[in-house]
Amino acid sequence: MTEAPAPPLALLAELTHRCPLQCPYCSNPRELTARSGEMATEQWLSVLEEAAALGILQVHFSGGEPTARNDLEAIVAHAEGLGLYSNLITSGVLLDRARLEGLAERGLQHVQLSFQGAEPENADRIGGFRGGHAKKLAVGRLVTEIGLPLTINAVMHRQNLDELEDMIAIAVELGAQRLEVAHVQYYGWALHNRQALLPTFEQLERATKTVEAARRRLAGVLVFDYVVPDYYARRPKSCMGGWGRRFLNISPAGYVLPCHAAETITGLTFERVGSRPLAEIWRDGPAFQRFRGTDWMPEPCASCERREVDWGGCRCQAFALTGDAAVTDPACALSPHHEDMLSLARQETAVAPPDFVYRRIGAGP
Amino acid sequence: MTARVTIDESSVPRLPRGMRLKHDETRQQWVILAPERLFVLDETAHAIMSSVDGTASVGAIVDELAARFNAPREVILTDVTALLQGFADKGVIAA
Repeated sequence: MTEAPAPPLALLAELTHRCPLQCPYCSNPRELTARSGEMATEQWLSVLEEAAALGILQVHFSGGEPTARNDLEAIVAHAEGLGLYSNLITSGVLLDRARLEGLAERGLQHVQLSFQGAEPENADRIGGFRGGHAKKLAVGRLVTEIGLPLTINAVMHRQNLDELEDMIAIAVELGAQRLEVAHVQYYGWALHNRQALLPTFEQLERATKTVEAARRRLAGVLVFDYVVPDYYARRPKSCMGGWGRRFLNISPAGYVLPCHAAETITGLTFERVGSRPLAEIWRDGPAFQRFRGTDWMPEPCASCERREVDWGGCRCQAFALTGDAAVTDPACALSPHHEDMLSLARQETAVAPPDFVYRRIGAGP
Repeated sequence: MTARVTIDESSVPRLPRGMRLKHDETRQQWVILAPERLFVLDETAHAIMSSVDGTASVGAIVDELAARFNAPREVILTDVTALLQGFADKGVIAA
């Protein structure tokens, strides 16, 4: 790689791994960082300064549950002062009116609120948090009352996909602008729970039809984000818009990652903020260089006309399913592993789902 | 959003909360920062969006742009309406 990469557009700031919920598909690594391992306020503030100087425009504050940190207000205010656009990715269960208003006053621009389903009892069971669903509904109303734009992130899988129509109704009722129908992605905790979560092909077909009809019915009212889940796809997703192209992720402990799941790939070396300038880590950090662009690609990616459309798909998924992060994402029908992926999905969905292994600090491997 | 916004000459468009018109110094371009997305504006789109101030009607914006670019009003009206309707459908503007 001789040319300097274009600067990243967005930072995913994972402020903490602490979370009151225990979703079995959590995107955090299975080895969670405890509170004592989290970066201090000042370290996050200087991360934001480096991010703004690097050309980042938007910051997604995530976790764990980012509102579990009581310095979130100071961090959001600092982002606003630097001209960064702040987005809060939250489960909502720790929020109240005063806290939301305080965040909005300090410059928060948007809230993405997760839901575990549309049916309260089932949603609380999936999230492992009693009363969570009712709390989320209340928080969603507060967000729109305060006047902040709201996105509902509905994480869908085998055990709630049939509630999709009601989920759409909830998004409309709350006054959300956007609904992400987010099929679970199978890394980390979700990979461990895949057999309990992977939807059947029939469920997926119904869901796709539901979204298509709702998208027409609600044009100009609700924007849908919907991508067919990898295990039933023909072509891979453009994961992160390409490795090391648009996003960087910083973990609670300060590791600079090309994506939030990158630590699942063994053999990559990740650097920490503060060890050297963020701009340098982005430019020539070994983990960023490893799969940036197209030079790393094997066939069938290397000669594929879509190589700069999907960038070879997802490295974490390639690693999870084949043990080699440097092969074509098995979600691609051209991958020699594609049939295996599909038959794995057929097998796992043919039997009753096992119990969840809930996400907890200390419950990892 | 509760109902679809239809843009016509009498509409008074505005950028709602959560939409931010910004000059991106690093890339030397105008952008609208939006919830989990970003719209890069070309020169025409920037001329239109920088006229959106919550007080000017579409008709007034078109008059001003037609005069500034010395272009036929109906051509400008078509361009402005199409751009604003597209943005309204994405929630980028309210009216």
